[in-house]
Amino acid sequence: MKHRIIVVMVITIIIVGCSSAAVTDTVPPLIKTGVDPDTWALVPAGEFLMGLHAHETLVDYDYKFMVTDVTNSQYADYLNQALAEGTIKITDTEITGYYPGDVFRGYDHEVEISPGEYPHIPLTDDGLRIAYDGDSFSALAGYENHPMVLVTWYGAKAYCDFFNWRLPTEIEWEKAARGTDGRPFPWGSELELNNANFYSSHDLIEKIMDGLNDTTPVGFFNGNTYEDYQTLDSPSPYGIYDMAGNVWQWTGDVYENQHYRYMRGGSKADYGYNLRVWTRNNAGPEYFGPSVGFRCVQD
Amino acid sequence: MKAITKRFQYFFQSTNGLALVAIALVSLITAVWGMLSGPMVEWGIKDVVVRVTGMTLLEAEREGRIIMLYHSIAMAVVALLVYFITDVVPMKKHEQTTINATITVGYLTAMIFGLWFAYFGHNFIFHGLFLVGQSLVFFSGILLAAALWPWRKKYHVTDPDYSHTSKGVDLERVAFFTMAVATLGSATFGAVTGSYWGNGHETFLAEDLIREPLKTALQLAIIGHLHIMLTLIGIATTLIIGKWLDFKRILHKIAMPLMILGTIVITLAVWAVVPYEPYAHIFIYVGAVPAMFAALLLVIYTWGKVPRERLKELGIEKANFWEWIKALFHDPLKFGATWQMVFMNFTVSGVGIFMAVTLEETMRVMPSREERITLTGHWHILASIIATIILFYFADKIGLKGKVRQWFGWLIIIFSDLAFAAVTIFSLKRLFISESAQQPLVNTTMLLADIGLATVLVVLAAFMLWRLIDLLKAKGHWASELTESEHKLAKAEAELQVQNLNKLAASLDLSETEKELLETLQSNLGQEVSQ
Repeated sequence: MKHRIIVVMVITIIIVGCSSAAVTDTVPPLIKTGVDPDTWALVPAGEFLMGLHAHETLVDYDYKFMVTDVTNSQYADYLNQALAEGTIKITDTEITGYYPGDVFRGYDHEVEISPGEYPHIPLTDDGLRIAYDGDSFSALAGYENHPMVLVTWYGAKAYCDFFNWRLPTEIEWEKAARGTDGRPFPWGSELELNNANFYSSHDLIEKIMDGLNDTTPVGFFNGNTYEDYQTLDSPSPYGIYDMAGNVWQWTGDVYENQHYRYMRGGSKADYGYNLRVWTRNNAGPEYFGPSVGFRCVQD
Repeated sequence: MKAITKRFQYFFQSTNGLALVAIALVSLITAVWGMLSGPMVEWGIKDVVVRVTGMTLLEAEREGRIIMLYHSIAMAVVALLVYFITDVVPMKKHEQTTINATITVGYLTAMIFGLWFAYFGHNFIFHGLFLVGQSLVFFSGILLAAALWPWRKKYHVTDPDYSHTSKGVDLERVAFFTMAVATLGSATFGAVTGSYWGNGHETFLAEDLIREPLKTALQLAIIGHLHIMLTLIGIATTLIIGKWLDFKRILHKIAMPLMILGTIVITLAVWAVVPYEPYAHIFIYVGAVPAMFAALLLVIYTWGKVPRERLKELGIEKANFWEWIKALFHDPLKFGATWQMVFMNFTVSGVGIFMAVTLEETMRVMPSREERITLTGHWHILASIIATIILFYFADKIGLKGKVRQWFGWLIIIFSDLAFAAVTIFSLKRLFISESAQQPLVNTTMLLADIGLATVLVVLAAFMLWRLIDLLKAKGHWASELTESEHKLAKAEAELQVQNLNKLAASLDLSETEKELLETLQSNLGQEVSQ
């Protein structure tokens, strides 16, 4: 008898557990943050403390860094231009573009990347916030100023290259995120729930989306109050937003002996400790995900 | 005062008391430090714990803190296993006492000062004491290896049911000895690397290096160290469970040489990771096969023995399949200890082999943070499964009976396995669901894992509470366990005296009167031994 009770308890818990998390079709309203995605911040030359162990590292040139991640609107506009100029191709399932390939050394686990066409974004994934009507691309309503996601490293690089910019190196990214005082988060030493969008941060979008995490508009954590949700102003020392949480950001380095490309910043789907500025993530350049975006730099 | 002394004696002079202290401390640390991560952060409990306890948590020190926390818990677990080994493997009483005393002081020093240094400000005297504690644990390991030396004639076995060489060397003892020596070497492997801390070695978590194409020798040594230490804890646990379940006959004779071979090959292969990483992996797999096969033989033996004995008790001579299953399930502790070894193959070994074989197609297409989560999940499941097996053994050892035994055993089996299964599904989610559609699955598996682990912790807390209340009673279980332990000690002392008298008698030319006196003495001691 008691075994039956235990079995019933387990089944009940599983049913309750499963029912607590339903997929939602809710679309967030357009939330204007007041932060302009077309602005750039200057990061001056000089030394900074890099990595977990704070090694002094020199960047001996100034560079400009996008104040926010590239948004869905910006990427849709780019796709329309790139399509017109013929730098990308559309298939039934994806957008592709040419990449000249990497030097292959045959190292353990290294995958050869030869010159050829590579995927930029998938067109069939439910997570894509860009629509294609057979003629042009546009951002989905409500997601216009959210970061572009489901973009491969090739797709991110192609965007920056198209405008004669480039993806930041890891060093450039980390300096832009933490400045020169060795802080662990762009805004300082502590992570509060309303500093950034991360796993179970209970932000406004999470509430709107029935508890499921989703991207927040770029520059969302700027001290504004949205409805009754108060954010903390959380820029980096150079005034750059979303350098921790929301989406991982592709960086441009191509390292020897491996095909992986590195990402920085942590995302909406990660626990807070992943938002520390030195945390690295990586994936193959063809990887795309709902928690991965990018931004560009210019010299 | 006498009441306190008696309880102190129970805690630090009996195996059950020593084990209870270690389990209680690990439980306490798990309860408090468990509140610093996972859902406890979301619910704001972490902030409360940090404020109340006065912890200092700097972000840049997280990795170092975690390493010291792991070591603090690991030292207690190692001590626990050593207590059980000195209890079940024959050795001189003074050896048992010295080993247990040394490791107790060692793990307590390492635990207290390690956690103090890591979480409550960096007083480097405490760091030094953390190292002193670990050194004492290491020293007790040397004493243990010496005590386990299997080639002493007095430890030879003649019973044909147990695995031994033609000269009578007890192969089970050899397996314990091999494991102890391998552990000492593997601890050294980590300690030597640790000595480079601040001098060419920087703190890191192994899971953060998974896709680094080039790792330094120091990094490889640390990765090897943590893998082999948990493996050897698994081997030690299996050997102890074998002793508990009186593993014998043909399967024992096959299993023990395999366990010895597996332990040696896998240990040497892990050490070889530093100079010969690509080849070492092959030998690690080679070494794992005989060790795991030996554990499988123990499971087969137990699943034959437990129902057989139960059916005999019930007077059933020819049981059908369901009667046999019912008989197997009647004791959740003995069944649970071996079932967890089987379940481990679904959630750890099997998944691990699958991941290794299909690495490029399944794991390496994910971002590294996801692969990292999978690996840490895999790692935590293995450690937790071993912990449940140890708990089953200890619960039996302290005489958990009746309904309490049933509830304790089944709740731990069901809810720990629920958590492990949920974590396994979470880890492998990318095989059957896209990242964009994964959230409901992630939330559900996380919830089930939390429910499973929370229930296990509540059961453990209830168990600890029961023992705490028992300590308040003058004639509680603790008192009878202490008496039993004292009797065991007295008996061992008397045995030793008889042996010494025999030796003395053999070496002296005694008169008839002296011989009579000696015989009387021997007879009295013999009676004491038999009592």
